[in-house]
Amino acid sequence: MKLKELPDEELFTRGHTACAGCGAATAVRNLMKILGKNTMVVNPACCLLIFGATYPYLAWKVPFHHVAFENTAACATGMTRALRVRGKEDTLVMGIAGDGGTADIGIQALSGAAERNEDMLYVMYDNEAYMNTGIQRSGSTPFGAWTTTTPVGKVKAGKADFKKDMPLIMMAHNVPYVATASVGNIQDFINKFEKAKKMKGFRYIQIFTPCPTGWRHDTAKTIEIAKLAVETGMWTLYECENGKVKINRKPKMTPISEYLKLQGRFRHMKEDDIKKLQDWVTRKWEADEKYAQCRQ
Amino acid sequence: MVVSKICTGNYAAAYGSMRSRARTVAAYPITPQTFIVEHISEFINNGEMDCEYIEVESEHSAMSACVSASASGVRTFTATSSQGLALMHEILPIASGMRLPVVMAVVNRAIAAPINIWVEHNDIMPERDSGWIQVFCDNNQEVQDMVLQAYRIAEDKRVSLPMAVCLDAFILSHTVEPVHLIDQDAADKFVPQYKPTGPILDPDDVAAVGVFTPPDYMMECRWQTDKAMRDAVAVIKEVNDTFAKQFGRDHGGMIDPYLVDDAEVVLITMGTASSTAHEVVDDLRAEGKKVGLVKLRFWRPYPTDDLRKIAEKVKAVGVFDRAVSYGVGGPSFVEFKSAAFGLNLPVMNFIGGLGGRDVSLQDVRFMYEQLLEAAKTGKAKRDITWIGTRGVEQ
Repeated sequence: MKLKELPDEELFTRGHTACAGCGAATAVRNLMKILGKNTMVVNPACCLLIFGATYPYLAWKVPFHHVAFENTAACATGMTRALRVRGKEDTLVMGIAGDGGTADIGIQALSGAAERNEDMLYVMYDNEAYMNTGIQRSGSTPFGAWTTTTPVGKVKAGKADFKKDMPLIMMAHNVPYVATASVGNIQDFINKFEKAKKMKGFRYIQIFTPCPTGWRHDTAKTIEIAKLAVETGMWTLYECENGKVKINRKPKMTPISEYLKLQGRFRHMKEDDIKKLQDWVTRKWEADEKYAQCRQ
Repeated sequence: MVVSKICTGNYAAAYGSMRSRARTVAAYPITPQTFIVEHISEFINNGEMDCEYIEVESEHSAMSACVSASASGVRTFTATSSQGLALMHEILPIASGMRLPVVMAVVNRAIAAPINIWVEHNDIMPERDSGWIQVFCDNNQEVQDMVLQAYRIAEDKRVSLPMAVCLDAFILSHTVEPVHLIDQDAADKFVPQYKPTGPILDPDDVAAVGVFTPPDYMMECRWQTDKAMRDAVAVIKEVNDTFAKQFGRDHGGMIDPYLVDDAEVVLITMGTASSTAHEVVDDLRAEGKKVGLVKLRFWRPYPTDDLRKIAEKVKAVGVFDRAVSYGVGGPSFVEFKSAAFGLNLPVMNFIGGLGGRDVSLQDVRFMYEQLLEAAKTGKAKRDITWIGTRGVEQ
C-alpha cells in the first residue's frame, strides 16, 4: 500500500487531546488505517490512554481496553485466547505501549508473551522517557538526555547510561516478526504494519516517535527530527522476519550533532559527551549491520 | 449418577473449574496451589476440558490475562496462594472495578517474612477491600461445590463481581477426603452457559473496557461496586438454596451456625478450624455446656446482620483468627466488633494456627473455657489471646 492509498476513514479520530506535534498520535492514527476495523487494542497507563480514552470521550473506533501499566502483553494474551475460544481468530489484537511500559516495567510480561509466541501485534511507541508522568528517564532514554530525573545540575547532567536495545532483545526471542519503524519514514512504516497484519504469532514493532514536549523541540519539527534520527544512525530501521534480518535503510551517518542541536534535552551536552554518544552510535550501527549479515 | 472420589482440595478446585466450563485459565505455579494448575493441564491435555490454558510468566500476568479474557467475553479461572496473591494485588480491584466475574481458588498460605508455605489467612486479608467476594471452605466437598456456586454468584447480573474460593493450605489442598464429584450434565444445569454481564471487547460491537475516568464519574463507579457487594448477600443465599435443592448439600450461605440457638457462648471460625471446633462443641455439649459455633463462610460480603442477630442472644463471643493485623488483633475480630457495636457483651479474640501451627482440640476447648468464664463474669479476661505461643501468657 502506498501512502496516498491509505484509507480516509479514521479509526483513531480527531478530537483527541495529544500535544501539538505528538509523534505517538501521528503513529497511532496511521497504523490504525493500516490495521483496520477488525482490531482490538489494549493500552497501558500512558499518554495515549489519557489523550485517546478519557471518559466520556473516546478517540478509538475499535474495541479499546486498558488494565494497568506493566501487563500490556499479558492482557493482549487474555484477549487473543478469548477470541480463539469465541472463534474469532481473524481479529487482530494489538498491545500498544510506550517505552516505559515496554522496556522497563512491561518487559517481563512482554518476554513471556513473546516466548509463548502469542498471536498478537505488540507496538512500542518510543518517545524515550516517561512522558505522561512528566518526562522522567526510562531505559529507552538516550545517553546525555535531560529528563526531570536526570536534570542538568552542577555535578551531574543528563542520563549517564545508554539506550536499551529493545529490538535486539525481541529478536533474541525468535518470534515471527520484529521491526523498527519511524514516523519520519512513512512508506517503510506502512510496509511493516501491512506485513505484520498479515502474519500470525507474536509480532513486535518499535516506532520512533518524537515528543516535542519532552524533547524540547519545535512542534513543527517532529518528522524532521525522526528522519534525522535514522540518518545519523541513532535509530536503525530494520526488520527480522522469521529469523532473517534486513536493514531497510542505510543511514547517511550524518553527525549526531545535527540531530542533537534541534532538541533542548541535549542542549547542555559538552563536546566530550557528544563524542561519547557519537562513538556509541557508530558502534551500534556497525553492530546492527553485522548482526543483519549474520542472520541473512 | 453420583461419583465419589477420594481427592485433595486442589483436585476438587480444579475439577470444579472443569465442570463449570471455564474456557480460559491463566495460572502460575506456587506451593501449595500448584496441583490445581497441574490437574487443569492434565484435564486439557487428556481432552476432558475444552479450555485455553495460558502458562503465564507470573501471577501478575495470570490475573491480567484473566481480566482481559473475561473482558473479551469468556469464562475464566485461576488459582494462587500467598506471595502469588500478593503479586496479583494490583489487578484484583481492576477485576472488580470492571465488574468481571473472574473466579479464583486461593489456597491460603502464610505471607513472608518469615517465608513459610503452610496455612494462614494473612495472604488474603490485604485483599479484604479489593471488591472480591470471598468464601472460606471447611472441607474438600465444599471446595468443589463453591467453585460451581462462585460462577453462579459472580455471573449474576445483580452482582457481577469476581470471587475467590479459599481453602486452607495442606489441610485441604493436599489432604484427601471423599468428595461427591458433580457430573457434567448436573453441572451444566446448575452453571448455565456463560453470558457476559456487561459490554465486552468485540469488533462487531465496539466498546471500551477500562478508560481513564475523571472525578466527575468516579464516585458513581465506586457506589455501584459497593451496591453490588451488598446485593451479593441475597444472591449468595439464593444460590446456596438452589444448590441445596439440586444436589442435597446445604453449605449454609453466608454463615453456617451450629447449636447457637440456646448457646451461652459462641466461637466464630473461618476455614478448617471450624471442623476442629465442631468436634469440641459436641464434646462440651455432652458435658452439659451451652456452647455454639459459627462458621464464618463469607468474609466479603461480611455477614453483619446474621452475626449481630446471634450476638444479641448470647453472653460472650469468641473470634478465632488465623491472621493478625499487627497491633490491632485478628481481622475477623475487628470486623465482628464493628458488627456487634453497641451490644454489651464480652468479645474475645484468639489468634492461632499461624504459619501452619496445629490448632488442636485442646486449643479450642481452652477458647470455650475462656468464653464460658467471660459469660459468667460478664468480662473478658483479655481482649486478644495468642494461642500456644511460646513466651506469651495464655
